[in-house]
Amino acid sequence: MLRVRVIPCLLLRQGSLVKTVRFRKPAYIGDPINTVRIFNELEVDELAFLDVAASVEDQDPDLGVLRQIADECFMPLSYGGGIRDVATADRILQIGFEKVIVNSASFENPQLIADLARRFGSQAVVVSIDVKRTLLGGYKVASRSATSVQPQGPVQWAREVERLGAGEILLTSVDREGTWQGFDVPLTARVTDAVNVPVIAHGGAGSIEHMREVVRDGGASAVALGSLVVYQNKGMGVLVNFPDKPTLTRALNAT
Amino acid sequence: MIVVVDYGMGNVGSIANMLRKVGADAQISSKTQDIEKADKLILPGVGAFDAAMERISTSGLRAALDRRVLADKVPVLGICLGMQLLTERSEEGERPGLAWIAARTVAFRGRIEPRLKSPHMGWNLVTPHTPSALTAGFDSIEEPRFYFVHSYYIECQDSTAAILRTTYGVTYDSAVQQGNVYGVQFHPEKSHHYGMRLLENFAKL
Repeated sequence: MLRVRVIPCLLLRQGSLVKTVRFRKPAYIGDPINTVRIFNELEVDELAFLDVAASVEDQDPDLGVLRQIADECFMPLSYGGGIRDVATADRILQIGFEKVIVNSASFENPQLIADLARRFGSQAVVVSIDVKRTLLGGYKVASRSATSVQPQGPVQWAREVERLGAGEILLTSVDREGTWQGFDVPLTARVTDAVNVPVIAHGGAGSIEHMREVVRDGGASAVALGSLVVYQNKGMGVLVNFPDKPTLTRALNAT
Repeated sequence: MIVVVDYGMGNVGSIANMLRKVGADAQISSKTQDIEKADKLILPGVGAFDAAMERISTSGLRAALDRRVLADKVPVLGICLGMQLLTERSEEGERPGLAWIAARTVAFRGRIEPRLKSPHMGWNLVTPHTPSALTAGFDSIEEPRFYFVHSYYIECQDSTAAILRTTYGVTYDSAVQQGNVYGVQFHPEKSHHYGMRLLENFAKL
């Protein structure tokens, strides 16, 4: 049976690896290449990279760093940040990444999703949806590293990106990101109920129990981990690590 | 020399990276003269069946590929869509395949429960079926697993051609061998030491 994917989601900023809390306060973690070597040794399922500054600062993806990552890694790789056109996506896929992740540009130009899907196939196109809770308890979609808010709700936008050709959705709770408090399970459940493509739950992972919850009750096909895999524990120092695999398999694949 | 055939639709860089890692002599090429000299061929592929068959025919490589594989019996490994191209036809498209193996390519949709998502994407287990040099040593690996991304799979006419099988809604042939023609549905180049083992085996054939 297909195993639930557990994906370290690593944040790049100006060539370094950082970790944020609720999309703010980027803390330096280390050199991306050294870190991916460790994840390669640990044989993790897949790695996702997001450049948190590229869209906000209108920068192009750092292809040099991505090339070094692809040379070190024998696992599926995805990259997001500053992808605004098919040509840029093509360069990233040529390097040896399997998937490109788009977010901000898909609001200005939703057709980009369709163009990417037609050219590379839906399996290569991940749409990242960042979601903020509103004061009234509803949800709003955010963009540009959560500095702008979009008019659509997450369910409506998820359906739209699936229709356009997204092969997968990376669903991030801005309010939970970096907090270790657990995934936003109700949000994940609403989105997974609305679409047929796999949804990767992201934001808030602090334990294996959190992962189990979002897979069992939220319907997530995969989980993305941030703080949990770069810190020793909440409030503690940097330690690149990955949960014990047999424990993960038992927790996630028995549900 | 292993030639990774670059016809414009495949993750050739990652395959070459892993071949280098296992110490194999490999080259990425889209030239007929390199295919003529190759000891072994790898046919990668990501994307749609018809688009890939069209690229192969317009690239001018088809005649050389057919000759090396069918007459010279050079070992060839199709990966992912590259494996599906080895078959006679696919439910994904209209164009005929390379027909190097007696098999057809069919869709998951309609053959698996609707609650299972298609594409089949992620890590899944493989079970050794007919023994093959490509999968030598797999019996001693605990739960060999590979990374898959595909919406179609192949059905061999002769079930003994299956060398690995995988279950996703249905149990299907995830690796095949018919003579010198080998195919794998998963991505060995993205499957850690499991993939290294397989590509190392191919390099040693």
